[in-house]
Amino acid sequence: MIKEKVRVKTLKINDMDVTAKSNATILEVANEQGITIPSLCYLEGLSCVGACRLCLVEVKGSSKLVPACTSKIKDGMEVMTNSPRIQKHRKMILSMIFAERTHTCSVCVSNGHCELQNQAIEQGLEHSEVAYIHQKFDIDASHPSYMYDPNRCILCTRCVRVCDEVEGAHALDIFGRGIESKIIHDMDEPWIDSQSCTSCGKCVQVCPTGALFEKGVSATEMTKKKEIVIKLIQTRKER
Amino acid sequence: MILSLEELQGVGDKRIKSEKDCNKELRICVGSSCSSLGSSTLEKELAKKVKEKGLDKKCKVKGVGCNGLCSAAIMVSHYDKEEQKETLYGGIESGQSDELVALIEESSALAEKKLDMSAPFFTQQLKIVLENAGVVDPNDIEDYIAHGGYHSLFKVLDEMSPIEVIEEIKISGLKGRGGGGYPTGLKWETVLKVDSDQKYIVCNGDEGDPGAFMDRAVMEADPHKIVEGMAIAGYACGASVGYIYVRAEYPIAVEKLNRAIKQARSNNILGTRIANSSFNFDIEVRLGGGAFVCGEATALVASIEGNRGNPRQKPPHLSDYGLWKQPTVLNNVETFANIAPIIKNGGEWYKNIGTHNSSGTKVFALTGHIKNTGLIEVPMGISLRKLIYEIGGGTTNGKPLKAIQTGGPSGGCIPEHLLDTAIDYDSLKAIGSIMGSGGIIVMDEASNMVEVARFFMDFSKSESCGKCVPCRVGTTELTMLLDKFIAKEATVSDFELLKEMCEVVQNASLCGLGQTAPNPVMSTIKYFEDEYLQGIKND
Repeated sequence: MIKEKVRVKTLKINDMDVTAKSNATILEVANEQGITIPSLCYLEGLSCVGACRLCLVEVKGSSKLVPACTSKIKDGMEVMTNSPRIQKHRKMILSMIFAERTHTCSVCVSNGHCELQNQAIEQGLEHSEVAYIHQKFDIDASHPSYMYDPNRCILCTRCVRVCDEVEGAHALDIFGRGIESKIIHDMDEPWIDSQSCTSCGKCVQVCPTGALFEKGVSATEMTKKKEIVIKLIQTRKER
Repeated sequence: MILSLEELQGVGDKRIKSEKDCNKELRICVGSSCSSLGSSTLEKELAKKVKEKGLDKKCKVKGVGCNGLCSAAIMVSHYDKEEQKETLYGGIESGQSDELVALIEESSALAEKKLDMSAPFFTQQLKIVLENAGVVDPNDIEDYIAHGGYHSLFKVLDEMSPIEVIEEIKISGLKGRGGGGYPTGLKWETVLKVDSDQKYIVCNGDEGDPGAFMDRAVMEADPHKIVEGMAIAGYACGASVGYIYVRAEYPIAVEKLNRAIKQARSNNILGTRIANSSFNFDIEVRLGGGAFVCGEATALVASIEGNRGNPRQKPPHLSDYGLWKQPTVLNNVETFANIAPIIKNGGEWYKNIGTHNSSGTKVFALTGHIKNTGLIEVPMGISLRKLIYEIGGGTTNGKPLKAIQTGGPSGGCIPEHLLDTAIDYDSLKAIGSIMGSGGIIVMDEASNMVEVARFFMDFSKSESCGKCVPCRVGTTELTMLLDKFIAKEATVSDFELLKEMCEVVQNASLCGLGQTAPNPVMSTIKYFEDEYLQGIKND
């Protein structure tokens, strides 16, 4: 592995000149500059997986679209975060996420506080461009404090990563592949039977949708406190 | 222990001398196709009978790798050393050992099973990767050495510096044979230049395209050649450990590779201070669990590490950040099989074979509606027409050919009128297909191209790892859409959506599997749009 010294690089994002540390990603630099790049799987402080593909941006001189969350900046690069081409791709990808499982906002605990819902509003997506698949998964209500509804899961794996990288328990992982992928506890056991889960609830707080939520809340009542987790990661890093 | 080039030559000479009086060889193909028809039993029975009759001094019976013409399994080759003449017999049955014994004494026996060696299938091929397939006993390291094996490795260790090796590979123009077509010399050079205590050489034997079996045949027929190629790569790049990642569905290949590695170790061809040099190298075989995506470089590496075989976003590339975070060279089986011949004959020799931008030969697996199903190796630049009609013998039943499919689920369909296209990386890409790893599926006029596209899309859908949205959901959506066309229930806007979605899946997916999954649909839309339009219902 090549270890590069950290230097300062200059680049353009949406025609704006910016400078940043050479080991930063496009998404980090954009965030610093107040330029919003939509994303769902990214969470500050966790490893980046580039899975949701919403943060794809155009880089001048390359026909390929690159995910802003995993792409390191380069000197002189010109990034476009909201070109018509990007918008078209984003809408289609967002449609795919909505079509994959069952996202019925009106009955969802996260209605009004949902990152997926917010993305639809921001991208101006009023209907899915692709046919609904509507897979049916069983709900896990075995845990005394939390609920898990895989039908609202978008497989962003924030929960898997926070459990592994922050809590250190790795109680969650992915089972199956492709369209049949599912987040599971331990060896696909009911949540309450998980030997490794510490019931810390970080997975619930970072979940962007209503797939993981606290028991006892009804539609629209679940607000997530992902800032607590982000702060926790920052504090640990600073020590 | 073989510690020098002289000793290596000695081993080969000794073997040749010991077989001096044995003028004939009966070579039974024990590759997957033939052994599924009982060729292994035939080989054992034949060896027993030859010995009983006291003919074993005169004729050697040996199991060899794939002879190519799988449609004529079981294949037996009768080789006369004095006349240096090989006669091939096809369609031999597992119970025909007596007839084969008769062949030793009487060359007119089994005349009806004799194959025409002047047929283009045999004369138009040029074998470099497969030079030992059907000739050398894959279980026998001495046989490999007697056929010039490991000489390139010892030559490299004796005479060449790592940079000289890489220069030679660069001169040869060899490009990655797994389908990507990245220049091998350049890949090695990048890893050589990275400063690291530990580097790895990985061989990708996770061949998974439907209709492809090139790598399987090479691993089964000539495992030592892969070991030799990897060891040379290890020396050139400064790596001391190699892994061969083979799918578990290839048990014969796994067995042959493990035996080859064991034999190489016991002769100190793998191990420490190889050929009395300071070079150390060892290889381990790792089995894949059957996921197609594990053939993708980053997923393969994750799988070797013991993790879920998911790809990750590149960069960083494997040359910087590969297996266990160390610089790694990952090449395909066929690429490694080209290394020893290039070192032996020189990069210039290799460069002069094939075309300017695509040098050397390529192994193809011919399947589908074609007469001569099997494995062939041809120089790059040969036209598809020649490949299908001359070497392949045309379509089965002589029905008109409609299209051929190259590159598996990542490739495209090529219509009949483009068959004069030359086989090289650039020409195939220009017509919307890819070279791929070498599977060629021939389809006659009865084939429905939308159904062909759906078959490959369904394959990509069930092999998608599920990590990124465009591939996970997109391949499912595309399969659903294609179903509507097949049921003739699609609408005009479905056709637009199909095209748009192909574009998004291609541009937005994380790894090569997703990025290339729409190719079979896009190429069939390009050349067979009519068949899609027929799937649109009339309102």
